[in-house]
Amino acid sequence: MIKKGKDYIAPTLLVTAFFVAWELIARFIGIAFILPSPTQVAIKLWNLKEILFFAHLPATLLVILTGLFLSIMLGVGLAVWMNVSKTAEKAFYPIIISSQTIPIIALAPIFVLWFGYTLWSKVAVTLLITFFPITVNTFDGLRSSSKEIRELLLTMGASKREIFFKLQVPSALPHFYSGLKVAVTLSVIGAAIAEWLGAQAGLGYFSRRMMTQFDGAGVFAPIVLLSVVGILLFLMVVLLEKITLKWRKTQ
Amino acid sequence: MNNPALQFRNVSFRYKSDMENALEPSLLNGLSFHVNPGEFVSIIGPSGSGKSTLFKLITGLEQPNSGGILLNGQHYENRLGRVGYMPQQDLLMPWRTVMNNAVLPLELKGVKKRDAHQQVLDLLEEFGLEGVEDKYPSELSGGMRQRVSFLRTVLSGSNVFLLDEPFSALDAITRMNMQEWLLEQWEKWKTTVLFITHDVEEALFLSDRVFVFTETPVQKLEEVDVPLNRPRDLHAIHHPEVIKLKEQLMEQLRLQVSP
Repeated sequence: MIKKGKDYIAPTLLVTAFFVAWELIARFIGIAFILPSPTQVAIKLWNLKEILFFAHLPATLLVILTGLFLSIMLGVGLAVWMNVSKTAEKAFYPIIISSQTIPIIALAPIFVLWFGYTLWSKVAVTLLITFFPITVNTFDGLRSSSKEIRELLLTMGASKREIFFKLQVPSALPHFYSGLKVAVTLSVIGAAIAEWLGAQAGLGYFSRRMMTQFDGAGVFAPIVLLSVVGILLFLMVVLLEKITLKWRKTQ
Repeated sequence: MNNPALQFRNVSFRYKSDMENALEPSLLNGLSFHVNPGEFVSIIGPSGSGKSTLFKLITGLEQPNSGGILLNGQHYENRLGRVGYMPQQDLLMPWRTVMNNAVLPLELKGVKKRDAHQQVLDLLEEFGLEGVEDKYPSELSGGMRQRVSFLRTVLSGSNVFLLDEPFSALDAITRMNMQEWLLEQWEKWKTTVLFITHDVEEALFLSDRVFVFTETPVQKLEEVDVPLNRPRDLHAIHHPEVIKLKEQLMEQLRLQVSP
């Protein structure tokens, strides 16, 4: 994972070029409330730092973390249940897959109807959007465990429970982390969208409010923060993965 | 200990079919044989002849449709956990270190962690594995991995070991070394070994007796006594009598494989 510096040259150049072009075009057009330049966004971020960092960021983080926590609990729980019971697998698996064809974002107003402008309407959207990758990846991971090692453990007199904890759980972990990486990035999207539709605080809510005031830079500033949150969450999962799956390094 | 270490009495077996009413072909049909305590027996036969099925029956992964399988003269309802099985691939868990892989059978038996680790440490040198206990399997060579796998089998504490083509994935030189090493270990542990292979030379070099699968379904295994004394070295297989035997066996196996 630790790459040599030169591996980063190309992406750095590309991103720099992108921002320079954006800056030039924005200055050329000169309508800051529609297309603010990156420097204007940065200045806005600095000016709004107190309200963004201490009022809206905590609100959004609470939605993201609550949603992710519930999603992991339910997703892993359901994956384990489907792994243990063939009936549960037959009942839930097709539903979980087909649930992905429902545009969850379009459902968000329903949750606002049900839960009002509370935390839970936003948690519901985040939960539904992150539930799928966690459940499906964990379930596939549990099933990916080696049949041969399972038989070997049986010949050593292992019980079902021991096979689950000593073979299936370690085999599922890498898959679980893959699911979690997708989920954390989706969770930011879920929270932001839910906040557009019904909230009194949060980065998504703030961004939308700035739009009604034709404050272009004000729309972008919270988005910058949102993507930073997404990147940091992703890196935290990568770090956790590295710590708990030390053996993978050697492969 | 006059009882055979392993005895088959009129064992018949066929796999259960996935479809109702359909019957899978019968693999064993009234098979009887025995292996004496401390004996080294190899089983050879073309692939698909049911060698691995035999192992599944002995370990208890499968149950015979009729007949009895006795371990040390005892009939067990559940044989799982009573026989030391060493699979074809090393089947080490990639997320466990050498130590934690080897300790697995003790862990499953509920031996205290510290005692179990001490048992492994005491044996590492014997197995040529000193100093690698904290390494992961992917950092070891194929021969070393097989030694860890064998160490794990030894720690199962059984007096009957089933080795399922354990050296078939190794290169020729490593394989020869491992064969000699296995014989040393066997003489030391005084266990009963049942060794599956498709390599006639390997079977003759290692075993007291060789069982040959000659038909499907198997009704009787052909038994061949190996005319060699112990201890043996690698030159033993160039003995004229052994060469003759080898050619005989090869011919027999070839007849079965040819269409």
